[in-house]
Amino acid sequence: MKILVYIQQDEGKINSVSLEALKGSQEIAAQTGGTVSALSFNSDITSQLAGYNVSEVLLAEDDNLNIFNPLFYLKAMEDIAKAESPDIIVFGHSYEARDWAPRLSARLDIPLISDCIGFKMEDKLTFIRSIYQGKLNSDSVVNKGAFIVSFQSGAFRVDGLQSGSAEIRNVTVDLSGVSDSISPEEKFQEAEQAVDLTQADVIVSVGRGIGKEENIEMARELSKTLGGEIAASRPVVDAGWLESSRQVGSSGQTVSPKLYLALGISGAIQHVVGMKGSKNIVVINKDANAPLFEIADYGVVGDIFEIVPKLISVIQGS
Amino acid sequence: MKICVLIKQVPDKDSSLTIADDHLTLVENNITWVSNESDNYALEEALLLKEKHGGEVIACTLGKDSARQVLKDALAKGADRGIFISDSSFDNLDVLSLGKVIASTLEKENFDIIMSGLQSDDQGNSQLGLILAELLNMSHGSLVMGTEIIDDSTIRVKKELEGGWFQWTKLSLPASISIQSGINSPRYATLKGIMMVKKKTVDDVTASDISSDALESNVTINKIYVPDKTKETQFIEGSPEEISEKLVELFKNDIKVLN
Ligand SMILES: Cc1cc2nc3c(=O)[nH]c(=O)nc-3n(C[C@H](O)[C@H](O)[C@H](O)COP(=O)(O)OP(=O)(O)OC[C@H]3O[C@@H](n4cnc5c(N)ncnc54)[C@H](O)[C@@H]3O)c2cc1C
Repeated sequence: MKILVYIQQDEGKINSVSLEALKGSQEIAAQTGGTVSALSFNSDITSQLAGYNVSEVLLAEDDNLNIFNPLFYLKAMEDIAKAESPDIIVFGHSYEARDWAPRLSARLDIPLISDCIGFKMEDKLTFIRSIYQGKLNSDSVVNKGAFIVSFQSGAFRVDGLQSGSAEIRNVTVDLSGVSDSISPEEKFQEAEQAVDLTQADVIVSVGRGIGKEENIEMARELSKTLGGEIAASRPVVDAGWLESSRQVGSSGQTVSPKLYLALGISGAIQHVVGMKGSKNIVVINKDANAPLFEIADYGVVGDIFEIVPKLISVIQGS
Repeated sequence: MKICVLIKQVPDKDSSLTIADDHLTLVENNITWVSNESDNYALEEALLLKEKHGGEVIACTLGKDSARQVLKDALAKGADRGIFISDSSFDNLDVLSLGKVIASTLEKENFDIIMSGLQSDDQGNSQLGLILAELLNMSHGSLVMGTEIIDDSTIRVKKELEGGWFQWTKLSLPASISIQSGINSPRYATLKGIMMVKKKTVDDVTASDISSDALESNVTINKIYVPDKTKETQFIEGSPEEISEKLVELFKNDIKVLN
């Protein structure tokens, strides 16, 4: 089993989801008797990669690969895949990977099993995906031939990464014929009255379960009584009920308060990555099977409209 | 602009999901079916572009018989025409093969823009928009939170990056654009819109219309199951009053966020 893992760079550093994918690649190699080659388009990254336990580090350098442009990255990977013939190409399921790995699958005409949460060795190498917004899992296998797999944030723990000393090998890519039909501009952050949720000790976070805009007030009152900040999952922000700087999750803020009190949030991975580091997670949800209970320290199966008003009055009375 | 919007029918988020005895499918009678959330935003964005720049919006779905409903809903909201791709031989195809089926259906239409939601709330592969871009030789943008037509051959899209960052990107048309939720406020169908549905056409496409010879799936799902619980969550029970008392004790004595 020849595994090629693509390592994404973020401002000269190894992207954290890519590093987890490297760990996953090492684990697959260990269980299948395979080898791992780690690929980057950046020489700062390849020198960092050389310190890990991989068979070799591949470096493809070209001015067109300095910043992410899917069409150039695709052609580079296409050339490398043809030259190296890996059995598996591994990605971390970052937003950047979302913007080129599926197209690579179509270009190479091999399947992509995306956003996996792990793998296991049964009769065949089996990949585990989280489906229906975290409510169920599925086991997938590839019938034949090479394939691509991407792993979700948190799929592997990088503290177990084995170190080593690998050679760096330069590989050539030919980007001369790549179309300029996609041209990215500068990255930016929206200038708005940013609420800094990262400093809050207490966060009361509301999800779609809050039902309608008028009900936000109840949660705001609870957050005030607890001396905390109000935050939300994406649908609440999408609906315009709270400003976007209060969104917690992969496209919002990452928080780690002493208390994260979640009201009517189901626990999709994109929310969980933003709050799983909280010291104490308390979840109130009427669905006992809501995935967020899985990471809760304390759980209440119940209706927020029955519990929250009582909770406010008990706190105020104490 | 000739715009195609891809819409998938998925279980409503509040449906309780029961796995059938085959360990592969869901028991369907307790499921409420709806249009996938981000696809609703994609449809709205397409309708807004049409209102501003003229053109045509065609809604397309691939699914079981019941999925005709998502096309009716899209037509009621203002889409001009529908394409319904359905055949039992598509049931177990992987997403790349489904991409081939859809690409071979859409190819002859020469769309300027294909819009899709970035991820379906059922399988969540997040791949189709980009697969179509490759198969139909289009530019692409994913996680899109804003669009702006520059001229007949260019659209500018605002892409969402991680952690609150964004990036505008220029795409040459034709382009396949995957829309992120929150980009706009999807409209509801009006009574007049619902009345209009009967006058609009839906073209049916089955396996016999598909020119693609690669209709074999290379990925097999062996089973679906409820994830194992790994964490010991301490559950607090009782009446709302009792629960509130216990939570306050917890906030005071254990978590120490109240005096
Ligand atoms: C690329 C990408 C990025 C994303 N980024 C983010 C992000 O940054 N942050 C984010 O949050 N999401 C993000 N999402 C969306 C994410 O996938 C989920 O759709 C979202 O987190 C779901 O929000 P929710 O839990 O509030 O809603 P739902 O999943 O609809 O859950 C609502 C919950 O409320 C419960 N409920 C309903 N009524 C009551 C009641 N009366 N009492 C108690 N409980 C009740 C229900 O049982 C249910 O569990 C992203 C998605 C994608 C694809």
